[in-house]
Amino acid sequence: MFSIKQLVFKDILTVNKLEIESGKIYCLFGESGSGKSTLLKMFNSMLTPDQGTITYKDQSIANLDPVQLRREVVMLGQDPVVFDGTVRDNLLIGLQFADEANVEDQVLIDLLKDLHLTKDLDEEADKLSGGEQQRLAFGRVLLMNAEVYLMDEPTSALDEETETAIMDLFTKKIRDEGKTAIMVTHSKEVAEKYSDEIIYMNDIVTKEGALS
Amino acid sequence: MNEMLEITIWQLVTAYIFIVILLAIVRWRKIPREKEIIIATLRMTIQLILVGYVLMFIFENEKMIYSIIVIIIMETFAVYNIYKRTKQTLSRELKKIIAVAMVSGTLFAFLYFDFIVVQFSPWYDPRYFIPIAGMLIGNSMTGITLGVSSLVEGFSSRKKEVEAALMLGAPPNKASQGIVNHAFDSAILPTINSMVGMGIVFLPGMMTGVILSGAGPMDAIKYQIAIMLGITGSVSLSVILFLYFGYKTFFNKHAQLTL
Repeated sequence: MFSIKQLVFKDILTVNKLEIESGKIYCLFGESGSGKSTLLKMFNSMLTPDQGTITYKDQSIANLDPVQLRREVVMLGQDPVVFDGTVRDNLLIGLQFADEANVEDQVLIDLLKDLHLTKDLDEEADKLSGGEQQRLAFGRVLLMNAEVYLMDEPTSALDEETETAIMDLFTKKIRDEGKTAIMVTHSKEVAEKYSDEIIYMNDIVTKEGALS
Repeated sequence: MNEMLEITIWQLVTAYIFIVILLAIVRWRKIPREKEIIIATLRMTIQLILVGYVLMFIFENEKMIYSIIVIIIMETFAVYNIYKRTKQTLSRELKKIIAVAMVSGTLFAFLYFDFIVVQFSPWYDPRYFIPIAGMLIGNSMTGITLGVSSLVEGFSSRKKEVEAALMLGAPPNKASQGIVNHAFDSAILPTINSMVGMGIVFLPGMMTGVILSGAGPMDAIKYQIAIMLGITGSVSLSVILFLYFGYKTFFNKHAQLTL
């Protein structure tokens, strides 16, 4: 699905080769500062490499319309972002950004329950705690009808119990719908428990001179 | 109607007593502002006298080219002033857009005002052309300055929000909609507020001038209403032009935020 060859981004990241197959869950695992988030942003054109190629479905990402690409390859950033408005507004805003149809309130209510968020749809979203905001941002991404889900530390602010519930929910959706996910995590347990394949940053990152 | 009362030079000199009072106050309170007050008073006096001579010359030699030169100087000064008054650093591209939006927005509103609303005769009659152009340009300058600050500030303080929107497949215009709308709002708010206070809180300069020159209050008011509408048009047009093209300079061809 994705293929990376001889990618260089500033002096932050150098990757000789990486293949991502569709229908699998991947975890990018490595220390902080190893370039996980930077690499993740390459998959949906939030960053563009200085050298090398990265292809999606055999087409170079550089030649694809970045907005269309991001609707197929959605991303949840590291810091959860809450937009102005209510919980409902915040869940639906992704669909509006991507020109997709809104969903019924009942779908949103069920989603909040799945996310262990006991909040009213009309509640102001900026009143939520950090962990609640992270789950809200997670829910927003789950509503999107994408092919690939890029998740940057999606459960960093959650306790273990909530993390398990959210990850169970997420990975079940990915597997049921045959989608692809690439997650950044620094928790080895999460990586081992939920992914089909762990990509160790140490293994793929090389020195620029060692590109072949 | 009466002709305007003439002020003799000696009467004018007596008005400087207000500055003397101000100087006495700052000296008494030991506020170190004497130098600035004297410089400001001198500058005001000299600048106005010079402008008086220039206007006298232009009014006596009514020529199209003089009116055009004056409007070019005003536009140039306004654009330069926007650059100077904005505290944030502006990209080259954004500066270009400021200049184009400022000139085209004010010119369009002004020409409409000149040819359709008031119908100056001739169209470059400096008695109308210069003060009215000045008012439209001055107000648009303030509007764009506020719009620029709000836009640049918005992109830096709401960067994460814009990026989160882009990550979900929002095109740049949707991702920055909140910032652009807020910038537009803060740019036109002073103009809207001045319409609200008009006539009650203050009699605007234009109207005061028309009344002093001997015209009846109703004539003065008609002019004032027309100029207020013209100012609103000029401000909103130049600000929306600036924002419509300006927000794009914050994104590159890959629809990535370039901050």
